[in-house]
Amino acid sequence: MPDLFNLQGYGGSLMEGAVMTVLVGLTAMAIAVLLGLLGAWGKLSGSPLARFITDTYTTIVRGVPELIMLLLVYFGVPTLIQDTAQALGHELVIDLDPFTAGSLTIGFIYGAFCTEVFRGAFQSVPKGQIEAARAAGMHEILTFRRVRFPQAMRYALPGLGNVWMVLIKATALISIIQLDELMRNARIAANTTHKPFTFYFVASLIFLLITIVSMWGQRYAERWANRGVRH
Amino acid sequence: MDISVVIEHFPRLMEGAWITVQITIISVVLGFVVAVPAAAMRLSGNPVLRLPVQGFMFYFRGTPLLVQLFLIYYGSGQLREQLEVVGLWSWFREAWFCAVLTLTLNTAAYTAEILRGAIQGVPRGEIEAGRAVGMSGVLLFRRIIMPKAFRIALPAYGNEVVFLLQATSLVSTITLLDLTGVARRVIAQTFAVYEVFIAAAVMYLVMVYALVFLFRWMEKRLNPVRQ
Repeated sequence: MPDLFNLQGYGGSLMEGAVMTVLVGLTAMAIAVLLGLLGAWGKLSGSPLARFITDTYTTIVRGVPELIMLLLVYFGVPTLIQDTAQALGHELVIDLDPFTAGSLTIGFIYGAFCTEVFRGAFQSVPKGQIEAARAAGMHEILTFRRVRFPQAMRYALPGLGNVWMVLIKATALISIIQLDELMRNARIAANTTHKPFTFYFVASLIFLLITIVSMWGQRYAERWANRGVRH
Repeated sequence: MDISVVIEHFPRLMEGAWITVQITIISVVLGFVVAVPAAAMRLSGNPVLRLPVQGFMFYFRGTPLLVQLFLIYYGSGQLREQLEVVGLWSWFREAWFCAVLTLTLNTAAYTAEILRGAIQGVPRGEIEAGRAVGMSGVLLFRRIIMPKAFRIALPAYGNEVVFLLQATSLVSTITLLDLTGVARRVIAQTFAVYEVFIAAAVMYLVMVYALVFLFRWMEKRLNPVRQ
């Protein structure tokens, strides 16, 4: 049994991988939140064009596997741009690094989930508060900044926490396009030591630890966000 | 854009899609069979029943599917001797078996969580009414709680099945030739990267929305208040 958990000096590499996992996760989450705000705005705006774009976006994300999307972005998009450029008579060489491709893809996918979260959150802000802001003389932008946005964030927090916890697990896929994150470093260690069970199990425990810390962080953030709310 | 590559290899992609459908159906059915008793055990007052299931659900919901897949497929190699002793090695050597096992356990954990919430959502009055006419234990669970809970769970369960269908694309990483696996192989031969991936993406879209409509139809059918 102690042999099963002998990491043979690869512990540091796993920790470095875990740091990379969190980094790429945070980058993807930032992209997802941005896209989510844009998407929610599109869905709630009266514009038929904006609604068409956001509906197409969520439909595609709901229907295409993450792995296909990731491979398409990493391998397909540079080739597509190069081919298009060549057809127009330009020589172009484009290379996406795994970190960029990975965080963009995961961010793009979870942006659709954030869209739903934000849409619900903005709809949850009581009408009376917006009317009160208007009555106090605030304009559209000021109302958004002072009333709608801060209130909606409070409603969005639980949903965003859930998106983060699914997103961080999805980053394991980026190991397939060879970003040196937790999963890939575990794979390298597993292959050189011939102890795949040990390393994949330890990697899974590190993911579990990230989940536990995230759950704790979410609870703390929600308590902080609701500190002024009477129950 | 070179569509002819896609047309030429379309029969192979369809074969891959068929593997995807098979793996999905087997895992969904087996996963559901595991999830029902798991959900019941999870709600049991007896910690001997509850705690192992709770641990199982926490592990499979808290770690990435890719890690679980590699742990079972590649990881079993490290435990070969032990598996040979119990006669399971010939099973774990097969990528197909490991893929279905992993997906089954994974969806079982998520489904058990969905069912747990649904069982708790069954109105108290209905359970009391069941008891009042003399039902208890398994009979009460089978006749009153489960039918109602399943109806409550259906929308969330539909989502879970859609996620599982998409998650099967990961089995291509352990050498299986599902739709994603075939697409990657065709690309390795033809270098038509985006054409083939976009074709595969469209095929997944069709399968996913067929499922979505199937579940929507079921929800309508199972709704007791018919318009």
